[in-house]
Amino acid sequence: MEGLARYIRGIRILDPAHGRDELGDLVLAQGCIQDPQTFPLDQIQEELDGKGLFACPAFIETSFQAHTPGHGRDGDLGSELRAAAAGGFAQVLLRPDTNPVADHPGVLWEQRRLADQEGLLRVHLSAALTHALAGESLSELGRLVDAGARAFSQALQGIPNSRILRLALEYAADLRLPVFLFPEDSTLAAHGVMDEGPTSLRLGLAGRPMAAEEIGVERDLRIAANSGARIHFPHLSSAAAIARVAAARHRGQAVSCAVSLHHLLLQDHDVGYFQTAFKTLPPLRSQTNREALLRALANGAIQALTSAHTPWGRDWKGMTFAQAPFGIGTIEWTIPLALRLVQEGVADLLTVLGLLTVGPARILGLAVPDLRPGSPADLCIIDPDAAVIPASNRWSRAYQNPYVGWPLQGQLRYLFVDGRLVYLHP
Amino acid sequence: MKTWRMGSGDPQRNAQGRLCHLLTLEGLRDVEIIELLDTAASFLDLGSRTVKKIPLLRGRTIVNLFYENSTRTRSTFELAAKRLSADVLNMAIASSSVNKGETLLDTVDNLLAMQVDGFILRHSEAGAAHLLARHLGEQAWVVNAGDGQHAHPTQALLDLFTIRHLVGPIHERVVLILGDVLHSRVARSLIQGLSILGCPQIRVLGPRTLVPPELVHLGVHVFQDDRAALEGVDVLYALRMQKERMDVQPLPSLEEYHRRFGLTPERIRLAAPGAVILHPGPMNRGVELTSELADGPQALILDQVTHGLALRMAVLARLAGGSG
Amino acid sequence: MVASWDLSNLLDSLSDDLARQLDPQHCVMVGIYTGGVWIARELHRRLGITAPLGELDISFYRDDFSRVGLHPEVRASHLPFALDGRHLILVDDVLYTGRTIRAALNELFDYGRPERVTLAVLVDRGLRELPICPDFVALKLRSHPDEYVKLRGPHPLRLEFLRQDLP
Repeated sequence: MEGLARYIRGIRILDPAHGRDELGDLVLAQGCIQDPQTFPLDQIQEELDGKGLFACPAFIETSFQAHTPGHGRDGDLGSELRAAAAGGFAQVLLRPDTNPVADHPGVLWEQRRLADQEGLLRVHLSAALTHALAGESLSELGRLVDAGARAFSQALQGIPNSRILRLALEYAADLRLPVFLFPEDSTLAAHGVMDEGPTSLRLGLAGRPMAAEEIGVERDLRIAANSGARIHFPHLSSAAAIARVAAARHRGQAVSCAVSLHHLLLQDHDVGYFQTAFKTLPPLRSQTNREALLRALANGAIQALTSAHTPWGRDWKGMTFAQAPFGIGTIEWTIPLALRLVQEGVADLLTVLGLLTVGPARILGLAVPDLRPGSPADLCIIDPDAAVIPASNRWSRAYQNPYVGWPLQGQLRYLFVDGRLVYLHP
Repeated sequence: MKTWRMGSGDPQRNAQGRLCHLLTLEGLRDVEIIELLDTAASFLDLGSRTVKKIPLLRGRTIVNLFYENSTRTRSTFELAAKRLSADVLNMAIASSSVNKGETLLDTVDNLLAMQVDGFILRHSEAGAAHLLARHLGEQAWVVNAGDGQHAHPTQALLDLFTIRHLVGPIHERVVLILGDVLHSRVARSLIQGLSILGCPQIRVLGPRTLVPPELVHLGVHVFQDDRAALEGVDVLYALRMQKERMDVQPLPSLEEYHRRFGLTPERIRLAAPGAVILHPGPMNRGVELTSELADGPQALILDQVTHGLALRMAVLARLAGGSG
Repeated sequence: MVASWDLSNLLDSLSDDLARQLDPQHCVMVGIYTGGVWIARELHRRLGITAPLGELDISFYRDDFSRVGLHPEVRASHLPFALDGRHLILVDDVLYTGRTIRAALNELFDYGRPERVTLAVLVDRGLRELPICPDFVALKLRSHPDEYVKLRGPHPLRLEFLRQDLP
């Protein structure tokens, strides 16, 4: 089913794929963007006034946990896809750290079936690189490609054994899918629950040193360089690790990295007195590192932004900091959070939007989303000046939200996927 | 980038700023600590009376909720509550049964349904007392009797009491803490308490694996050399070496620790004349200090225990008052 | 409105009454913090009691603890003698509702069992809320709850009587 034929008049068009930022009209019909000059006006079924709004391609999420298959208490594909839609996303890549782990074709078939049943957004599947993500033996990667995998991924688990990493990357290279790695020296990271630094010392919590990530990136880059695999680090937290990735890219290696909005907006100190809403993996780092991440973003050293969507339901609210699971599930607040980076002068609007659209598409080998006639009508219409003060999540089943009370700006008004209206702000 | 931050209210105070839980010494004002120490002093001679009880908390119910074994701390709190005429419910929850399903908060809600006034919580995980206090708000008060490697405020208070009572004003004494500072909740709380009361120099001494240079963030002077660390010290605080708390041994052996950092009569001679020795107990004789010192006149270890009772009475009296 | 009295006359007459009716040499004396201790010191000296003076802080026995909490400056009670079988003179400055005396009696009995307790106060301002009656009084006042009677001291001792003129 395709949406109505719509004419959007006088809207700021932001198209990062082509560096375009201008006022104009947009026509959506037959699931595609149409040329307003040539499209027969008598076929228009609805007109929208774009005054004060901007249009941009809908976003792509490269790290999306929907707990499907899973227990259900922490959300499911239904609840989390709605949250993603509210965040301006038309496409998501499911992470393989489900229960059971997506290391078997049957899990991917089930995910595909449920995604088609929901039908809301474009859902891409990833397959666990190793059995149960344990990093000990390879999954049947060939069969998983046949089952629809778009990427191989280790989600939030490293591969301690370097020889297995080498074999996995060499084997995956033949199958031509990107490999998402979680780079970490697990023996050095040990049981750390937050960044090792003054805050972990103060709270008596086990620290996870940033060096563990840097060593992990260095090792993974070296092993990947000889394997021919295209690798991606979906959530880096250390500015020094990003510099290593940038150097490898400069040498011509097929590698990319993404940073979560949380690592750009939050830091270890925010944990305060054991606030589990701020427990992430990799952990939130120091202010100095966060400022370096913002500079890396401005310098183009980061290829994509992610919400690292990891919802946890209210069953976990009684857990101590060490017991609580890692992760934040705030994908539905992505637009005001991302626009915050623009307002604070970290990067311009086209750059930030590009990191949510063009960047992820290139990493996943998808068509680069844009707003040219003929492209699929996947787009967001956003009111950049609307005040937004995050409260509890409305769509996601994630119980906690570290951004509660932040004075933000930027409200999604409409989200179109294939020309269909899938989100409308009341 | 200027980022707007959430106001992080102190979870141990209510909206009016009144201390309604004791979770950590961090954020306490010097007058608040001194008030607790003075109150404790007024309880000291209670033991010499015919009736060793006062009716302050008559009719109140206090739960000793211990998720970690500790005969000493638990019995001191129990006795303190009973001397104040409160009813005490002892709940020792073996770590083996924690995983049987019920969470800490569910356990507490069940007790709360029986009109309990306050909780004394010992837990193996950092932040457990904060979790409980946030959950309870002003429904009932919480005293942190030790949470993981985070804090042990009543132990630190009784140590401050002991120094102030038997050694002299804290703002005139140099204190050296020896041993596993990194993993010690006692050390963390003591350092905070000493800083608040204006201790001119807090030193820490031990191998780098237990006393890393990053401890300067806590406001201490870090020493790895015993001679330099001991010079001019008035109070020597030996921490218990807790092998069981570490997953990878940060020391070759306890014997080697004793050889490098253990308190011996020879080492004590490097400290200021009249220096005293404190230890939070239970001590490992021949590791943290020699038996000769432990049983000698410089050791105030048994005074600490006596003071612990009075101090815990003071804490309970402070928290329970005005909330009924 | 402030009124003042000559305290030394009042203390003399209180001490004379005590000396006439009791045998001070066989008594022990206890003052209640803070004003009661000041008065007791004066009486203790005037009567030449040989046993040292006892001092009582009733903070831990107050009946309004639940409402107002612990007084920030608690002092330890100090009774430097055994109570059992003694005749005890309990001294306070101003007797009002009687609640302080109730608390003081409770505390005294946690120390031991005196043979007899005699209550001596400087001022009885009436308005009792408990069945408590002083044995010796230097000054009786008819007062109103809005009024304020307070002993200031210790050097010099001064009795303040204030009526708050409400706007």
